[in-house]
Amino acid sequence: MSRPELVCPAGTPAALRTAVDAGADAVYCGFQNATNARNFPGLNFTPDEMAQGVAYAHDRGAKVLLAVNSFPTAGRFDLWRDAVDAGARLGVDAVIVADIGVAEYVAERHPDLRLHLSVQAAASSPEAIRYYVREFGVKRVVPPRILTVAEIRQIKSEIPCEIETFVFGNHGLMVEGRCCLTNYVTGLSTNMDGVCSPAAQVHYDKGPDGSVTTRLGDFTFDCFGPDEQAGYPTICKGRYTTPARDESYYAFEEPVSLNLAELLPQLIEAGVEAFKIEGRQRSRAYVRQVVSNFRAAIDQVLAGQEPHLDDLVALTEGQKQTVGAFGSKKWR
Amino acid sequence: MTGTLTLGPILYHWDADTKCDFYARIADESPVDTVYLGEVICSKRTPFCERHLARVIDRLERGGKRVVLSSLSEVVIPRERNMMRDFCAIDSQEIELNNTSGLYHIDGRPHRLGPLMNVYNERTLGGLAARGATHATLPVELPRRVVGAMAAAARERGVGVEVQVFGRASLAVSARCYHARAHCRTKDNCQFVCEEDPDGMPLTTVTDQSFLVVNGIQTLSHSYLCLAAEIDEMRDMGVSHFRVLPQRADMVAVTRIFADRIAGRADGAETLARLEELNLPAPLSNGFWHGAEGHRHFGPRAA
Repeated sequence: MSRPELVCPAGTPAALRTAVDAGADAVYCGFQNATNARNFPGLNFTPDEMAQGVAYAHDRGAKVLLAVNSFPTAGRFDLWRDAVDAGARLGVDAVIVADIGVAEYVAERHPDLRLHLSVQAAASSPEAIRYYVREFGVKRVVPPRILTVAEIRQIKSEIPCEIETFVFGNHGLMVEGRCCLTNYVTGLSTNMDGVCSPAAQVHYDKGPDGSVTTRLGDFTFDCFGPDEQAGYPTICKGRYTTPARDESYYAFEEPVSLNLAELLPQLIEAGVEAFKIEGRQRSRAYVRQVVSNFRAAIDQVLAGQEPHLDDLVALTEGQKQTVGAFGSKKWR
Repeated sequence: MTGTLTLGPILYHWDADTKCDFYARIADESPVDTVYLGEVICSKRTPFCERHLARVIDRLERGGKRVVLSSLSEVVIPRERNMMRDFCAIDSQEIELNNTSGLYHIDGRPHRLGPLMNVYNERTLGGLAARGATHATLPVELPRRVVGAMAAAARERGVGVEVQVFGRASLAVSARCYHARAHCRTKDNCQFVCEEDPDGMPLTTVTDQSFLVVNGIQTLSHSYLCLAAEIDEMRDMGVSHFRVLPQRADMVAVTRIFADRIAGRADGAETLARLEELNLPAPLSNGFWHGAEGHRHFGPRAA
């Protein structure tokens, strides 16, 4: 059994150090602009910080993966080109890309730089993955969070590259890289601007009875009673009405987080080379706790023991967790 | 005036008779030049489509239409993988790909790129054109500035460039079927409940705002995207094809209205007035084009 890599989020230099200290084999991070899919205020790295982060990680035997995984629009390609060039110059261990044009640029200009295919590329079949391997020399793929473990095992047996799966964090419901719900509501695009349900357009409207209505832009996504904790208004975790239902319901998914801790042995057995923890927007405390727990769990599985994780449910969205699509086809 | 009017694929699950009748009317009465045919959203629906495909192609071609076949957009399970492989072996018609797995099979042979292919920039377009793409329908969320730059890049490479000008905007796809979920079923046991909603299943917010519609694994806007007023500007940019998507509306009337607009027989305001007379079941939107919230609608003179 090969030892899978634990790939951890680093939204800030401090989070990078925390993740490395907590046992990350690799961290992923981005620059402070639209070139990555977590372009949130206060997050991400300047080139100087990236250089220091690379040095910190490398000194401790960890890798740095640079996310350049949004979609450049025509006329703006230079920004993505510069991000890739800077990554190569600063010695990152791989770049994570989603756009075919960016992949081609890396393959042509930086043939020695390791290329990872982002979840945002939505490569959900062996053929899609083999396309990126054949045309651009992709070395690792992160498939969308819609596959069962059995399907991951099948894909792994048919592709000539490594596979990295999400194991913890936000539970994406829509095919990544194929969702413009945020742009429809806010005028800012997940693919083009790297934002999803931007905080600047979130409103918590208090009613006279103490109830809270959560809004993103002009649209309402949930209502909470005076004693309930109001959740963040994410479009795909909102409540709606439809003629087939008597009451409002979560049309897409409940506010739950992905936690595949219990599936780790199966995923390792399926040949997954790397496990990814989502959450570049999360705190250092979150990073420390989640990373150290998964580090221990993976090491326990490799040692032939039952993995023991602390209860991480308190850290999850809505304090509920799921194995989502990974457990069974019935999720679909 | 130049510009080619196209009719995109039917995205919803209309029964076979309805589809056949629809295309017969399009063949006889609609001025569209090109018709895209095929099941794009759900592989389970495909048998309904395939049974009549040869007859519908024949009918449309006799009516003088060019027929392009559109592929599935989600390819995950073995059935879908096999369907995509077989689809890419078609050589009797032009084909439009909506999933990257098709690019693997097509391996450089000529094909069109559908709107779900994430062609956002000139380098991606160039790379795909070098690998056989002859035509691209741009993602629905692109603003005017980007469409202009893409049209210029496409013209340089001799690639056709198409923009959706009418119909609900596709906002997301998933592996999960939200039609089945609404009816407390799973995708494998859906019993084709999506057939009950030929224009999509409405999702309304808890404060009663019409917001989205669900079409199986696809989520679309409640509003009908409409770029009638913007057609002159697009044509000046070099956009060569204008796509109208089938909705449960009088599509012969809609395509005639857009044909008049493209031919210069009606201006933007007149076109919008004629569309309004059709009593469409949803408001119009063009926010994406203006770089704003997609659901918004700016009048013909808006900057």
